[in-house]
Amino acid sequence: MARGRTYWQTLTRPLLSENPITLQILGICSALAVTTSLATALTMSVALTVVLTLAAGLISVIRRHIPDTMRVIVQIVIIASLVIVIDQFLQAYFFEISRTLSIFVALITTNCLVMGRTEAFARHNPPFPAMVDGLGNALGYSLVLIFVGTMREVFGKGELMGVTVLPLADQGGWFTPLSLMLLAPSAFFLLGGLVWAIRSVMTDQVEEAEFAPRERQEAAE
Amino acid sequence: MAELNPLTAWRRFLALPNESRFKTVAMAFAVSAVCAVAVSGATVILRPIQTANRAAEEQARIEALVRGIPGMADLLEASGGELSTVVIDLESGRAAQDVSPADLEAALADPANWTALEPGEDLADLGQRPDVAQVYLLREGGEISLALLPISGQGYGGRIDAVLAMQGDMNTIAGISVTRHSETPGLGGRIEEDGWQASFPGTEVRGPDGDIRFAVARGKASSVYEVDGITGATRTSNAVTRMVRFWLGPEGYGPFIEAVQRGEF
Repeated sequence: MARGRTYWQTLTRPLLSENPITLQILGICSALAVTTSLATALTMSVALTVVLTLAAGLISVIRRHIPDTMRVIVQIVIIASLVIVIDQFLQAYFFEISRTLSIFVALITTNCLVMGRTEAFARHNPPFPAMVDGLGNALGYSLVLIFVGTMREVFGKGELMGVTVLPLADQGGWFTPLSLMLLAPSAFFLLGGLVWAIRSVMTDQVEEAEFAPRERQEAAE
Repeated sequence: MAELNPLTAWRRFLALPNESRFKTVAMAFAVSAVCAVAVSGATVILRPIQTANRAAEEQARIEALVRGIPGMADLLEASGGELSTVVIDLESGRAAQDVSPADLEAALADPANWTALEPGEDLADLGQRPDVAQVYLLREGGEISLALLPISGQGYGGRIDAVLAMQGDMNTIAGISVTRHSETPGLGGRIEEDGWQASFPGTEVRGPDGDIRFAVARGKASSVYEVDGITGATRTSNAVTRMVRFWLGPEGYGPFIEAVQRGEF
């Protein structure tokens, strides 16, 4: 029973209280690139969940035999191969999905979240907990992606999954789309706002300031 | 002394300290070998299915493109519902003598059938172009009423492949369909959306003086030679402009277009 709760915690803690994106700020490059619409965010979430869970399991299986000196290379090779194999598989059997997914392949391979979890957790734990941890982190990542993707699509285009939510002004409605929402910086703003909101509620996540702000204004040279 | 039982040898290998040089090198080989086999295996085994998928996709897009052009469905029916496929020699603009659609693939695999492009004339950033190309023609009483011309060019994220439909005068665009691209989703990736492609039909390519004036505008199209731009995707828009200009110009289908306009085809 106690064992079961640990697995449950491993799975659920990365969702909010230890979310990889908002707490560890991992994997945000893809969070910026693929969140212009909810559909792409969802696709990326599913792909990353599969890759991260499998990679964590595989690396955990051989964890006792990976020489420390080249562990990062071994991890990258395994992750990259996994991503390619899955992409090839999708191109053969799920052609429609692969048309939107193939662009993200490079993003998954270089996603620091995958590396981060295999390096921090899968390398020291048996396969099953490692896979649970991978799944939990991937789901936490997906939550943030879905949130940002939804906000950007609704306010940038006035629609969700291609269905109009806010009627656009140039089509007789009242909503003027915010073009900024479709550009990369808006994802930064949304993520920043999300991190701020979460840390306002969960104050234990707030990090200590590394630098104290200066007391008085120095004259600019 | 040599251990002959492979199972025991394997155990002894696993029992070596991870830091030993032999185990490090052996692990590197083992991991890369397994990964290489997995990747190449998946690629080789699945390739026939993928090729079939891609061919079906391109065919479906060409059909959708033809059907989307106003009045074209009736025309197709009148001509028996079939587009004729012709392989043309880009240099002369005439039908290629020794290449048929069936062995086009073999011809394109031969480097001798490709021409390197000078930097000045290589608008689409391709580096080289094939000497032969397969086009689809629709005839109405002997006259060509529609020509589908496959075009490609370097985009922002990778190569863009498209099919451009020209009306019988070979100067008015009847439609475009993007068959492959790797542009940023939501920005340049919108070139595959119908909404953007809808601004192509009716656009003219050459001005009265014969110069190519087609362009993807910044913002809304302001003349008959322009199509709407895509916000936030200037590089992709420019790539489409250069791609269309290259393929309709003298290095692309130019000779073929002139031959059709002279009524020689």
